[in-house]
Amino acid sequence: MSGLPPREDPFGIDDALQDAQDVGPTRAAAGEGPYFGDFGGRFVPEALIEALDELSAEYDKAKADPDFHDELTRLHRTYTGRPSIITEVPRFAEHCGGVRVILKREDLNHTGSHKINNVLGQALLTRRLGKKRVIAETGAGQHGVATATAAALFDLECVVYMGEEDTRRQALNVARMRLLGAEVVPVTTGSRTLKDAINEALRDWVTNVDSTNYMFGTVGGPHPFPAMVRDFQRIIGVEAREQVLELTGRLPDVVAACVGGGSNAIGIFHAFLDDADVRLVGLEAGGDGVQTGRHAATITGGAPGVLHGARSFLLQDEDGQTIESHSISAGLDYPGVGPEHAWLSSIGRAEYRPITDSQAMEAFRLLSRTEGIIPAIESAHALAGAMQLGREAVEAGAPETVILVNLSGRGDKDVETAAEWFSLLDEGES
Amino acid sequence: MTDQQVRARTTERLEQIRAEGRSALVGYLPVGFPDLPGSIDAARAMVDAGVDVVELGVPYSDPVMDGPLIQRAVEQALAGGVRVRDTLTAVEAVASTGVPVLVMTYWNPVVRYGVDAFARDLAAAGGAGLITPDLIPDEAGEWIEASQVHGLDRVFLVAPSSTPERLAMTARATRGFVYAASTMGVTGTRGSVGAHAEQLVADTRAAGAERVCVGLGVSNRAQAAEVAAYADGVIVGSALVRPLAEADSPAEGLTALAAVVKDLAAGVRGEAR
Repeated sequence: MSGLPPREDPFGIDDALQDAQDVGPTRAAAGEGPYFGDFGGRFVPEALIEALDELSAEYDKAKADPDFHDELTRLHRTYTGRPSIITEVPRFAEHCGGVRVILKREDLNHTGSHKINNVLGQALLTRRLGKKRVIAETGAGQHGVATATAAALFDLECVVYMGEEDTRRQALNVARMRLLGAEVVPVTTGSRTLKDAINEALRDWVTNVDSTNYMFGTVGGPHPFPAMVRDFQRIIGVEAREQVLELTGRLPDVVAACVGGGSNAIGIFHAFLDDADVRLVGLEAGGDGVQTGRHAATITGGAPGVLHGARSFLLQDEDGQTIESHSISAGLDYPGVGPEHAWLSSIGRAEYRPITDSQAMEAFRLLSRTEGIIPAIESAHALAGAMQLGREAVEAGAPETVILVNLSGRGDKDVETAAEWFSLLDEGES
Repeated sequence: MTDQQVRARTTERLEQIRAEGRSALVGYLPVGFPDLPGSIDAARAMVDAGVDVVELGVPYSDPVMDGPLIQRAVEQALAGGVRVRDTLTAVEAVASTGVPVLVMTYWNPVVRYGVDAFARDLAAAGGAGLITPDLIPDEAGEWIEASQVHGLDRVFLVAPSSTPERLAMTARATRGFVYAASTMGVTGTRGSVGAHAEQLVADTRAAGAERVCVGLGVSNRAQAAEVAAYADGVIVGSALVRPLAEADSPAEGLTALAAVVKDLAAGVRGEAR
């Protein structure tokens, strides 16, 4: 640093800093973690460092082990239902200015979303670590259900932390997790939502780290989670890139995905990072509108800071206290975002824009009506983004534009919310 | 070297106490609980009753190292509108008693305030330094620089899971004392202090730490005496927050707090009963 007076290092601090760099996480090339530019890292209690190191080391070994890849591939083929298909949606595309729109159908995966891609990888790692107990946080319940599913398959004890607010909003998913044998713990502190569920899971992990693996649900948290979860989700983009090439003979012009923590988005973006002509657009939850303050658009409306173990963007007040997020979509209702997204935004490789609740629900209705596909409300944010981006492309004189949308999940879990939003049920029917 | 750089009040105080042939009592309370003036009164009452080093907590929305008791206290403080800058007011009021006052803070409030600005203002308020439960030395470059410039102590934590390499690295990055977490877990009172605590203190000393204090789970005189036998200081938090949380009035809370502190102060002097 410049501007500091020269000093004699009376306390051996320069040595200590050098030691820290030798022992601790090193600043590796972008993409591998622990840092993505200025973002990422490990802002966690010392008590977790050994577990994170152990997980990093085991993951590095697994990455280099063909048996690990073979087993994950086999599970994806025989259990997840991979490769997931792509579907071109011409009737929906009419509402996108008439450009071509192609959906990557992660909604067709077992358990109904992309979350299974990550948990199967982490469950295999848990087995390699010799641990018998897993914990997870969940907001809407999708990651909790996926974790409970993998725990049942791998015969692991499973505890899922879920904000008390969310256990009420998503009672059916609580029942699903319990059916699968998981213990669901309602979290009654703080705002009683996803961020508090993560706090409680971290407290459990600090206490039980010897026996327990934390199956983190998104590309956030301390290293190695952002890079590891990204790697497990990367298959979405790898498949989709090939499938779109095969269908259209070229790469898409735009790839669109919703961003809460950002795992489905990074999963579909990553294979396109080096395709400089492919625009990557993340759609954040704009809630009632970013200007109202009631939203979950972390990159659009947040500021850099540290939350849940990583430096990234977050919604915070002027004292650095986390601000509660708001979104009709429980899966996007999170005040943080993965550090790799913060980095992709900072270098201009990906762009992020907000979609309001109303815009998302309009897209939700349109896809259901025009294509017979009921999307998750999370994914409907990406669809609403495609509607904007398609119209903009046509206005800019590019009607041949191809937009690839990650349909990250299906909307079964959201039918009650939709029924209320659109007043689909008469009195007495609900 | 400036005068500021050699100022090391926590170290001096711990060395004095060691010369007395006893261990120090380090007492934690969150700023703003039950309210700002109440928390200052409580911290001063704690000093009057025998706490040697004060640890004032910055209320934070996501306190992952804290158990339910401190979580609730901090939630109440935040609901009451306490601000990060109020911490500096409290530091100033408590430091005037003459004891070293450390600030315990999660990292984001400091990042948001500005690391150097916070260090500068803390030093100006008479604070001794920071305890940083979610900042490991690996990530602390900016804080290490700022604390050098402003002459502040850096208390980093070690845990029973820390490797010898990390103990050595943490010991070298620390100024003041190393905070040894007695057990794998969060703050709260426990039936017994972790069996690993004594070994961890020995390992941390062997790794080069000159002063090691033990926290997490100490709540009574017997536990304080047990830890005092091998550590430079005994850190108590939840057991001091509890009497304030359970009291029917602020005055009653202060009386009950003083009684707990006196009991612990006897413990660190080796009086087990």
